Amino acid sequence: MTETEFKGQDFEKSLTDATANVAEFDDSERSALRRFQQILHSTPSLVPLIVLAASLIVFGLLEERFFRAATLTLIMQQIAVVGILGVAQSLVILTAGIDLSVGAFAVFTSVVMGQFTFRYGIPPAISIVIGLAVGTALGAINGWLVAKVKLPPFIVTLGTWQIVLAANFMYSANETIRSQDIEAEAPILQFWGTSFKIGATTATLAVLLLIAIVIIMAYVLRQTAWGRHTYAVGDDPEAAELAGVQVKRQLIQVYALAGFFTAVAGWVMIGRYGSVSPAASTGQIGNIQAITAVVIGGISLFGGRGSILGMFFGALIVGVFELGLRMLGTNPQLTYLLIGVLIISAVATDQWIRKISG
Amino acid sequence: MEPILKARGLVKRFGKVIALNNADFDLYPGEVLAVIGDNGAGKSVMIKSLSGAIRPDSGKVWLDGDEVAFSTPLDARKQGIETVYQTLALSPALSIADNIFMGRELRKKGPLGTILKQLDRPAMNRFAREKLTELGLMTIQNIAQSVETLSGGQRQGVAVARAAAFGSKVIILDEPTAALGVKESRKVLELIQQVRDRGMPVVLISHNMPHVFEVADRIHVHRLGERLCTISPKDYTMSDAVAFMTGAKEAPAQEAA
Amino acid sequence: MHKLLLTSAIAFAATATGAFADTSACLITKTDTNPFFVKMREGAAAKAEELGIELKAYAGKIDGDNEAQVAAIETCIADGASGILITASDTAGIVPSIQKARDAGLLVIALDTPLDPIDAADMTFATDNFLAGELIGQWAAAKLGDAAADARIAMLDLGVSQPTVGVLRDQGFLQGFGIELGDPKKWGDEDDPRIVGHDVTAGNEEGGRKAMENLLITDPEINVVYTINEPAAAGAYEALKAMGRQDDVIVVSVDGGCPGVQNIADGVIGATSQQYPLLMASLGIEAIAAFAADGSKPEPTPGKDFYDTGVALVTGEPVDGVESISIEEGLALCWG
Repeated sequence: MTETEFKGQDFEKSLTDATANVAEFDDSERSALRRFQQILHSTPSLVPLIVLAASLIVFGLLEERFFRAATLTLIMQQIAVVGILGVAQSLVILTAGIDLSVGAFAVFTSVVMGQFTFRYGIPPAISIVIGLAVGTALGAINGWLVAKVKLPPFIVTLGTWQIVLAANFMYSANETIRSQDIEAEAPILQFWGTSFKIGATTATLAVLLLIAIVIIMAYVLRQTAWGRHTYAVGDDPEAAELAGVQVKRQLIQVYALAGFFTAVAGWVMIGRYGSVSPAASTGQIGNIQAITAVVIGGISLFGGRGSILGMFFGALIVGVFELGLRMLGTNPQLTYLLIGVLIISAVATDQWIRKISG
Repeated sequence: MEPILKARGLVKRFGKVIALNNADFDLYPGEVLAVIGDNGAGKSVMIKSLSGAIRPDSGKVWLDGDEVAFSTPLDARKQGIETVYQTLALSPALSIADNIFMGRELRKKGPLGTILKQLDRPAMNRFAREKLTELGLMTIQNIAQSVETLSGGQRQGVAVARAAAFGSKVIILDEPTAALGVKESRKVLELIQQVRDRGMPVVLISHNMPHVFEVADRIHVHRLGERLCTISPKDYTMSDAVAFMTGAKEAPAQEAA
Repeated sequence: MHKLLLTSAIAFAATATGAFADTSACLITKTDTNPFFVKMREGAAAKAEELGIELKAYAGKIDGDNEAQVAAIETCIADGASGILITASDTAGIVPSIQKARDAGLLVIALDTPLDPIDAADMTFATDNFLAGELIGQWAAAKLGDAAADARIAMLDLGVSQPTVGVLRDQGFLQGFGIELGDPKKWGDEDDPRIVGHDVTAGNEEGGRKAMENLLITDPEINVVYTINEPAAAGAYEALKAMGRQDDVIVVSVDGGCPGVQNIADGVIGATSQQYPLLMASLGIEAIAAFAADGSKPEPTPGKDFYDTGVALVTGEPVDGVESISIEEGLALCWG
């Protein structure tokens, strides 16, 4: 065996005439499809944007009332809470994790904000700060369990989801704080529900908040080292660690920030629903709604790929489908069916885009 | 001449297995030192001890004459030792520039950088392009393209360029040609020589004898957890080297350090 | 002789104070988060304590969780309970498990939600939900007067699976309002143009707001809103308020929980049909106690196939021809 190896010492001589430009970084010849794949690969939010535009056009053609400003601002209001939970979910999924606890955290922090104000008589502004801190701390606990104890994110957040939801019911004694009481005594809790006029229609501050959060987080993820590290951790944590990223610290920060955003969503919920209700459906299904927006938005569940902007479009797509189908008077179940189709198509598209490296 | 990186009496045990048994190591300025050894000889454990990925149980390491003890790869890196791992440690979905600057990004000057923490992408791209060009790597069209769109050789090139760009004292390459085709290996060997020609000492761990003999100035033969001998590729043939590392032939008397 | 007397005395004393010391009962609710069921549990627990019955409470995780209720029934049978009080999530799906319990000699009483068929349980202690709906329907029609002929009605129901409670209230409301029903066993098949549409709320504020928004975007002229319960009504009110419509829309609801009655005082809801979960639960426990003592089973309200625990219309603006109680009376009787 060694014999042949020695004889073959000059085997590379024949290569001297071969082109040696293997490491050149250009590739000019490409089919249109390949180029399209390339574009999608570098701009992951493009797919959901196309789907969004298409669904807007289709619903606009099918239902004339759909294209009114009132309809469009209503969709934005309806997705505000899910959109903010989606931001939290996006951060975690970008690190190749998953957060099942976002909805429960949102409901619990809204209950904390309400109960601290009404049960303990703490000024509402301080209760809000406490609520935001509780959300951040809960997120940090998720992060600590994932990064330091090395438990799978699915298991960790499955656990904290149940724990926090149960704590929510026990702590609140299942009691709802009524909208009228909040309005009279602590209107700041309903701040994000404040409506304002745009042209002939109205929107709530929650809509502006969602847009602001999306823009800020898109900037943070794209334009800062912290953002790049988040992607790197999700892409390949070992590579990131070897390249000099402090993976554990990054993970804890990501989960803590996600927790903060769930608390923001909790605050927004009070504005939207008026009351503080521990039985809000968000506690049970908020996680799935957020994951749906993230997946339809083209963020890869394997981590490291996708953008917040895509998630925003994903949430809008769900909102457009829900309201559009409702206006057409279809069976509500059809909405879920179509959203299921969208989810699978989105993941299939993601897989196809990822093949670019092969 | 003083070695730039020196180790004496490195010992590392994993349970009952002795991976390093009083191993020594010397790397001189401006040379390519190849480390060869049979599988299980402990060469990768030794390299990891030098790059901070493993802490030896005992033994000492000197860098540039100063005694050092690395607890993480980051530690070693801060002191000027860059390692290109066999896995390359690249994030496939991120761009070439992002990868080159991973963990040591440049921020914009002024409030954009200090308050908004904005990355200085133009500077990062310029630097990345410069480094790749310096190594004769490319006619890059798009420095922002993701690493996963590159071939194996190109990725190796990016990883080596990253190490060369930031390694101030030593570059360690772990099996850089193992996963590459013939033509791509050739390119990487040229890269190694270019790095050396720019005055940077290189440690090359490899199984591939022709590659070792082509670029190495000296060869460190590792056997049974220790340095068996150091030979010059000019004085010995590949079959000699293989014979030393497999124990088929008695090692020559150690040359003076 | 002396000794015998003493023993009898002790036995008598036991009969008087703790006749049911060995009796145990199960309470299985849809969830343990909805205040309605929380109050029901409290009512049952208080009565059980009074009678010296051991009470075990079970609940589904979410509304519609049939599996958890099936498991709870199996546990109760294995436990040797004398009877089960249940508010079924899946009124038809739970029937085979109920039959198993009855075969094992347990008294099964459906609380609040009739089973499908209703005689699958030994007895049903419930609000007459159709009547509850009818009362608010009549009230709304009377409130509108002649304008009722041109009303634009939004129907905010419970869920797409159309649970019986929701259907009964919905259809009762429509009948009370003077709208011709299709099949009274389901909603959504009416062809009266005054109905703008039906949407589902899951019975909470979130669902109420979204459903109201969805219907308002379809027809901004809506002026009558039927809601399945008061949390849904509160959510609907937020949507109306956001569009500046809160003052010219009549919202009616069913439940009579304390926050709901308070919402009538605050003008969020016009009228609500109050029901009495505490009464259902305590009557249920008494029935199990009687069954354990002598095997007797409760009788239905004459003329109905269930025991009617009563319903009262609560409103601050009574109308002619519809009997109602005041907000103060409603607050005195409210639960939650």
